[in-house]
Amino acid sequence: MTIGLGHYLSVAAILFTLGIFGIFLNRKNIIIILMSVELILLAVNINLVAFSAFLGDIVGQVYALIVLTVAAAEAAIGLAILVAYFRNRGSIAVEDVNLMKG
Amino acid sequence: MILQAIFFYLFAGVCIASAIMVIVVRNPVHSVLFLILAFVNAAGLFMLMGAEFLAMILIVVYVGAVAVLFLFVVMMLDVDFAELRHGLLNYLPIGFVVGAVLLAELLFVVGAWVIEPGVPKTITAPIAGDVSNTQALGEVLYTRYVYFFEAAGVILLVAMIGAIVMTLQHKPDVRRQRVGEQLARTRASAIEVVKVRSGQGLP
Repeated sequence: MTIGLGHYLSVAAILFTLGIFGIFLNRKNIIIILMSVELILLAVNINLVAFSAFLGDIVGQVYALIVLTVAAAEAAIGLAILVAYFRNRGSIAVEDVNLMKG
Repeated sequence: MILQAIFFYLFAGVCIASAIMVIVVRNPVHSVLFLILAFVNAAGLFMLMGAEFLAMILIVVYVGAVAVLFLFVVMMLDVDFAELRHGLLNYLPIGFVVGAVLLAELLFVVGAWVIEPGVPKTITAPIAGDVSNTQALGEVLYTRYVYFFEAAGVILLVAMIGAIVMTLQHKPDVRRQRVGEQLARTRASAIEVVKVRSGQGLP
Protein backbone atom coordinates (compact mmCIF):
# COMPACT_ATOMS: atom_id res chain seq x y z
CA MET A 1 0.00 0.00 0.00
CA THR A 2 2.59 2.47 -1.09
CA ILE A 3 1.68 5.93 -2.30
CA GLY A 4 3.16 6.62 -5.71
CA LEU A 5 3.26 9.41 -8.19
CA GLY A 6 -0.02 8.31 -9.75
CA HIS A 7 -1.93 8.95 -6.54
CA TYR A 8 -0.81 12.56 -6.37
CA LEU A 9 -1.46 13.06 -10.08
CA SER A 10 -4.99 11.69 -9.60
CA VAL A 11 -5.67 14.13 -6.78
CA ALA A 12 -4.35 16.97 -8.93
CA ALA A 13 -6.50 15.87 -11.88
CA ILE A 14 -9.63 15.77 -9.72
CA LEU A 15 -8.87 19.20 -8.26
CA PHE A 16 -8.27 20.62 -11.74
CA THR A 17 -11.57 19.23 -12.97
CA LEU A 18 -13.37 20.64 -9.94
CA GLY A 19 -11.91 24.04 -10.75
CA ILE A 20 -13.12 23.86 -14.36
CA PHE A 21 -16.51 22.61 -13.21
CA GLY A 22 -16.75 25.43 -10.68
CA ILE A 23 -16.27 28.00 -13.43
CA PHE A 24 -19.21 26.50 -15.33
CA LEU A 25 -21.35 26.05 -12.25
CA ASN A 26 -21.00 29.61 -10.95
CA ARG A 27 -21.15 31.51 -14.20
CA LYS A 28 -22.61 34.59 -12.52
CA ASN A 29 -20.56 34.83 -9.36
CA ILE A 30 -17.13 36.09 -10.30
CA ILE A 31 -15.75 35.63 -6.79
CA ILE A 32 -16.34 31.88 -6.98
CA ILE A 33 -14.80 31.92 -10.46
CA LEU A 34 -11.65 33.48 -9.02
CA MET A 35 -11.61 30.82 -6.30
CA SER A 36 -11.95 28.13 -8.98
CA VAL A 37 -8.93 29.59 -10.76
CA GLU A 38 -7.05 29.33 -7.48
CA LEU A 39 -8.05 25.66 -7.26
CA ILE A 40 -6.77 25.06 -10.80
CA LEU A 41 -3.43 26.66 -9.96
CA LEU A 42 -3.25 24.57 -6.80
CA ALA A 43 -3.73 21.42 -8.89
CA VAL A 44 -0.89 22.52 -11.17
CA ASN A 45 1.29 23.10 -8.12
CA ILE A 46 0.54 19.63 -6.79
CA ASN A 47 1.58 18.19 -10.16
CA LEU A 48 4.83 20.15 -10.18
CA VAL A 49 5.74 19.20 -6.62
CA ALA A 50 4.81 15.55 -7.17
CA PHE A 51 7.07 15.24 -10.19
CA SER A 52 9.79 17.13 -8.35
CA ALA A 53 9.61 14.78 -5.38
CA PHE A 54 9.39 11.53 -7.32
CA LEU A 55 12.02 12.36 -9.92
CA GLY A 56 14.36 13.82 -7.32
CA ASP A 57 14.72 17.16 -9.08
CA ILE A 58 14.21 20.31 -7.07
CA VAL A 59 13.56 22.55 -10.08
CA GLY A 60 9.91 21.56 -9.98
CA GLN A 61 9.58 23.17 -6.57
CA VAL A 62 11.20 26.34 -7.90
CA TYR A 63 8.57 26.46 -10.62
CA ALA A 64 5.84 25.79 -8.07
CA LEU A 65 7.11 28.80 -6.15
CA ILE A 66 6.84 30.96 -9.29
CA VAL A 67 3.32 29.67 -9.97
CA LEU A 68 2.41 30.51 -6.36
CA THR A 69 3.66 34.06 -6.89
CA VAL A 70 1.68 34.47 -10.07
CA ALA A 71 -1.43 33.06 -8.39
CA ALA A 72 -1.15 35.55 -5.54
CA ALA A 73 -0.65 38.44 -7.97
CA GLU A 74 -3.60 37.25 -10.06
CA ALA A 75 -5.87 37.11 -7.02
CA ALA A 76 -4.88 40.62 -5.97
CA ILE A 77 -5.38 42.09 -9.45
CA GLY A 78 -8.63 40.20 -10.02
CA LEU A 79 -10.12 41.35 -6.74
CA ALA A 80 -8.98 44.93 -7.40
CA ILE A 81 -10.72 44.85 -10.79
CA LEU A 82 -13.78 43.42 -9.06
CA VAL A 83 -13.86 46.18 -6.45
CA ALA A 84 -13.40 48.91 -9.07
CA TYR A 85 -16.12 47.36 -11.24
CA PHE A 86 -18.52 47.07 -8.32
CA ARG A 87 -17.85 50.69 -7.41
CA ASN A 88 -18.75 51.83 -10.90
CA ARG A 89 -21.78 49.67 -11.59
CA GLY A 90 -23.11 48.46 -8.27
CA SER A 91 -23.20 44.80 -9.28
CA ILE A 92 -20.75 42.03 -10.06
CA ALA A 93 -22.87 40.08 -12.56
CA VAL A 94 -20.58 38.58 -15.16
CA GLU A 95 -23.16 38.96 -17.92
CA ASP A 96 -22.89 42.73 -17.76
CA VAL A 97 -19.14 42.81 -18.16
CA ASN A 98 -19.34 42.67 -21.94
CA LEU A 99 -20.69 46.21 -21.78
CA MET A 100 -17.14 47.32 -21.09
CA LYS A 101 -16.06 46.75 -24.69
CA GLY A 102 -14.99 49.65 -26.87
CA MET B 1 4.49 3.30 5.13
CA ILE B 2 0.92 2.51 6.22
CA LEU B 3 0.90 5.76 8.19
CA GLN B 4 1.90 7.65 5.05
CA ALA B 5 -0.96 6.06 3.15
CA ILE B 6 -3.45 6.91 5.88
CA PHE B 7 -2.35 10.54 5.92
CA PHE B 8 -2.34 10.72 2.12
CA TYR B 9 -5.94 9.54 1.91
CA LEU B 10 -6.93 11.84 4.78
CA PHE B 11 -5.38 14.92 3.21
CA ALA B 12 -6.50 14.07 -0.33
CA GLY B 13 -10.04 13.22 0.74
CA VAL B 14 -10.54 16.38 2.79
CA CYS B 15 -8.91 18.46 0.07
CA ILE B 16 -11.21 17.15 -2.66
CA ALA B 17 -14.30 17.30 -0.45
CA SER B 18 -13.63 20.90 0.51
CA ALA B 19 -12.91 21.77 -3.13
CA ILE B 20 -16.37 20.41 -3.98
CA MET B 21 -17.86 22.49 -1.17
CA VAL B 22 -16.09 25.60 -2.52
CA ILE B 23 -17.99 25.44 -5.77
CA VAL B 24 -21.39 24.23 -4.57
CA VAL B 25 -21.97 26.04 -1.28
CA ARG B 26 -24.39 28.95 -1.32
CA ASN B 27 -22.72 31.45 0.96
CA PRO B 28 -19.46 32.89 -0.48
CA VAL B 29 -18.03 33.33 3.02
CA HIS B 30 -18.39 29.59 3.59
CA SER B 31 -16.86 29.10 0.17
CA VAL B 32 -13.76 31.07 1.20
CA LEU B 33 -13.50 29.08 4.42
CA PHE B 34 -13.66 25.81 2.50
CA LEU B 35 -10.99 27.18 0.16
CA ILE B 36 -8.79 27.69 3.22
CA LEU B 37 -9.44 24.09 4.28
CA ALA B 38 -8.53 22.86 0.81
CA PHE B 39 -5.27 24.79 0.85
CA VAL B 40 -4.31 23.58 4.32
CA ASN B 41 -4.83 19.98 3.22
CA ALA B 42 -2.87 20.60 0.04
CA ALA B 43 -0.08 21.87 2.29
CA GLY B 44 -0.33 18.55 4.10
CA LEU B 45 0.09 16.75 0.77
CA PHE B 46 3.15 18.87 0.02
CA MET B 47 4.52 17.95 3.42
CA LEU B 48 4.03 14.24 2.64
CA MET B 49 6.01 14.71 -0.56
CA GLY B 50 8.89 16.30 1.32
CA ALA B 51 8.38 19.85 0.12
CA GLU B 52 8.21 21.44 3.56
CA PHE B 53 9.11 24.94 2.47
CA LEU B 54 6.38 25.09 -0.17
CA ALA B 55 3.88 23.70 2.34
CA MET B 56 4.63 26.50 4.79
CA ILE B 57 4.61 29.10 1.99
CA LEU B 58 1.25 27.76 0.82
CA ILE B 59 -0.21 28.31 4.27
CA VAL B 60 1.39 31.74 4.72
CA VAL B 61 0.52 33.05 1.26
CA TYR B 62 -2.86 31.49 0.67
CA VAL B 63 -4.41 31.19 4.10
CA GLY B 64 -2.70 34.28 5.43
CA ALA B 65 -3.00 36.61 2.47
CA VAL B 66 -5.13 35.48 -0.43
CA ALA B 67 -7.99 33.91 1.49
CA VAL B 68 -8.20 36.88 3.85
CA LEU B 69 -8.23 39.15 0.81
CA PHE B 70 -11.12 37.12 -0.59
CA LEU B 71 -12.92 37.38 2.74
CA PHE B 72 -12.47 41.15 2.84
CA VAL B 73 -13.80 41.56 -0.68
CA VAL B 74 -16.76 39.24 -0.11
CA MET B 75 -17.75 41.13 3.01
CA MET B 76 -17.06 44.56 1.51
CA LEU B 77 -19.21 44.12 -1.56
CA ASP B 78 -22.87 44.50 -0.80
CA VAL B 79 -24.12 41.93 -3.28
CA ASP B 80 -27.20 39.77 -3.16
CA PHE B 81 -25.44 36.46 -3.66
CA ALA B 82 -28.67 34.49 -3.67
CA GLU B 83 -29.72 36.32 -6.80
CA LEU B 84 -26.43 35.45 -8.46
CA ARG B 85 -27.28 31.78 -8.17
CA HIS B 86 -30.37 32.06 -10.33
CA GLY B 87 -30.00 30.29 -13.62
CA LEU B 88 -27.53 27.94 -12.03
CA LEU B 89 -29.05 24.88 -13.63
CA ASN B 90 -28.71 26.34 -17.13
CA TYR B 91 -25.00 25.72 -17.12
CA LEU B 92 -25.08 22.47 -15.19
CA PRO B 93 -25.31 20.04 -18.18
CA ILE B 94 -22.55 21.67 -20.21
CA GLY B 95 -20.46 21.89 -17.07
CA PHE B 96 -20.96 18.22 -16.37
CA VAL B 97 -20.07 17.28 -19.94
CA VAL B 98 -16.90 19.37 -20.02
CA GLY B 99 -15.89 18.26 -16.54
CA ALA B 100 -16.49 14.58 -17.22
CA VAL B 101 -14.57 14.65 -20.50
CA LEU B 102 -11.69 16.50 -18.91
CA LEU B 103 -11.55 14.21 -15.90
CA ALA B 104 -11.69 11.11 -18.10
CA GLU B 105 -8.85 12.41 -20.25
CA LEU B 106 -6.72 13.34 -17.28
CA LEU B 107 -7.31 9.99 -15.55
CA PHE B 108 -6.47 8.13 -18.76
CA VAL B 109 -3.22 10.03 -18.85
CA VAL B 110 -2.55 9.30 -15.18
CA GLY B 111 -3.38 5.62 -15.66
CA ALA B 112 -1.14 5.07 -18.65
CA TRP B 113 1.95 7.15 -18.10
CA VAL B 114 5.46 5.78 -17.93
CA ILE B 115 8.57 7.78 -17.21
CA GLU B 116 10.86 7.72 -20.18
CA PRO B 117 14.18 6.06 -19.34
CA GLY B 118 16.16 9.07 -20.51
CA VAL B 119 14.51 11.41 -18.02
CA PRO B 120 16.76 10.72 -15.01
CA LYS B 121 19.76 11.84 -17.07
CA THR B 122 18.16 15.22 -17.69
CA ILE B 123 17.73 16.15 -14.05
CA THR B 124 19.27 19.57 -13.59
CA ALA B 125 19.34 19.99 -9.81
CA PRO B 126 19.05 16.72 -7.88
CA ILE B 127 17.69 16.93 -4.37
CA ALA B 128 20.56 16.51 -1.95
CA GLY B 129 19.81 14.03 0.78
CA ASP B 130 21.71 15.64 3.61
CA VAL B 131 20.35 19.19 3.62
CA SER B 132 16.89 20.40 4.48
CA ASN B 133 14.35 21.16 1.84
CA THR B 134 14.51 24.90 2.49
CA GLN B 135 18.28 24.99 2.13
CA ALA B 136 18.22 22.88 -1.02
CA LEU B 137 15.58 25.16 -2.55
CA GLY B 138 17.48 28.29 -1.57
CA GLU B 139 20.75 27.05 -3.01
CA VAL B 140 19.10 26.57 -6.39
CA LEU B 141 16.74 29.54 -6.31
CA TYR B 142 19.34 32.19 -5.54
CA THR B 143 22.00 30.93 -7.92
CA ARG B 144 20.79 29.21 -11.04
CA TYR B 145 17.24 30.59 -11.06
CA VAL B 146 17.95 34.05 -9.68
CA TYR B 147 16.40 35.68 -12.73
CA PHE B 148 13.17 33.77 -12.14
CA PHE B 149 13.26 35.00 -8.57
CA GLU B 150 13.73 38.59 -9.72
CA ALA B 151 10.93 38.20 -12.26
CA ALA B 152 8.63 36.95 -9.51
CA GLY B 153 9.47 40.02 -7.48
CA VAL B 154 8.73 42.28 -10.45
CA ILE B 155 5.39 40.50 -10.97
CA LEU B 156 4.46 41.11 -7.35
CA LEU B 157 5.51 44.76 -7.60
CA VAL B 158 3.42 45.29 -10.73
CA ALA B 159 0.45 43.55 -9.12
CA MET B 160 0.77 45.70 -6.02
CA ILE B 161 0.98 48.95 -7.99
CA GLY B 162 -1.88 47.88 -10.25
CA ALA B 163 -4.15 46.96 -7.36
CA ILE B 164 -3.44 50.24 -5.58
CA VAL B 165 -3.99 52.30 -8.73
CA MET B 166 -7.26 50.55 -9.48
CA THR B 167 -8.78 50.82 -6.03
CA LEU B 168 -7.43 54.16 -4.81
CA GLN B 169 -9.85 56.99 -5.39
CA HIS B 170 -9.53 60.68 -4.63
CA LYS B 171 -12.76 62.23 -3.51
CA PRO B 172 -12.88 65.93 -4.30
CA ASP B 173 -14.80 66.93 -1.19
CA VAL B 174 -12.45 65.38 1.35
CA ARG B 175 -10.50 67.93 3.43
CA ARG B 176 -6.91 66.77 3.53
CA GLN B 177 -3.74 68.42 4.70
CA ARG B 178 -1.69 70.18 2.02
CA VAL B 179 1.70 70.71 3.55
CA GLY B 180 3.09 72.73 0.64
CA GLU B 181 0.39 75.37 0.87
CA GLN B 182 0.78 75.55 4.61
CA LEU B 183 4.50 76.14 4.37
CA ALA B 184 4.11 78.66 1.56
CA ARG B 185 1.91 80.93 3.62
CA THR B 186 3.37 84.36 4.30
CA ARG B 187 2.34 87.01 6.74
CA ALA B 188 0.88 89.07 3.90
CA SER B 189 -1.37 86.29 2.62
CA ALA B 190 -2.47 85.06 6.00
CA ILE B 191 -3.17 88.15 8.09
CA GLU B 192 -5.24 91.16 7.25
CA VAL B 193 -5.52 94.04 9.71
CA VAL B 194 -8.97 95.60 9.64
CA LYS B 195 -9.84 98.87 11.24
CA VAL B 196 -13.10 98.44 13.14
CA ARG B 197 -15.01 101.50 14.17
CA SER B 198 -16.47 101.35 17.58
CA GLY B 199 -20.21 100.85 17.72
CA GLN B 200 -20.59 99.85 14.04
CA GLY B 201 -18.83 96.58 13.52
CA LEU B 202 -17.81 95.21 10.15
CA PRO B 203 -20.04 95.73 7.14
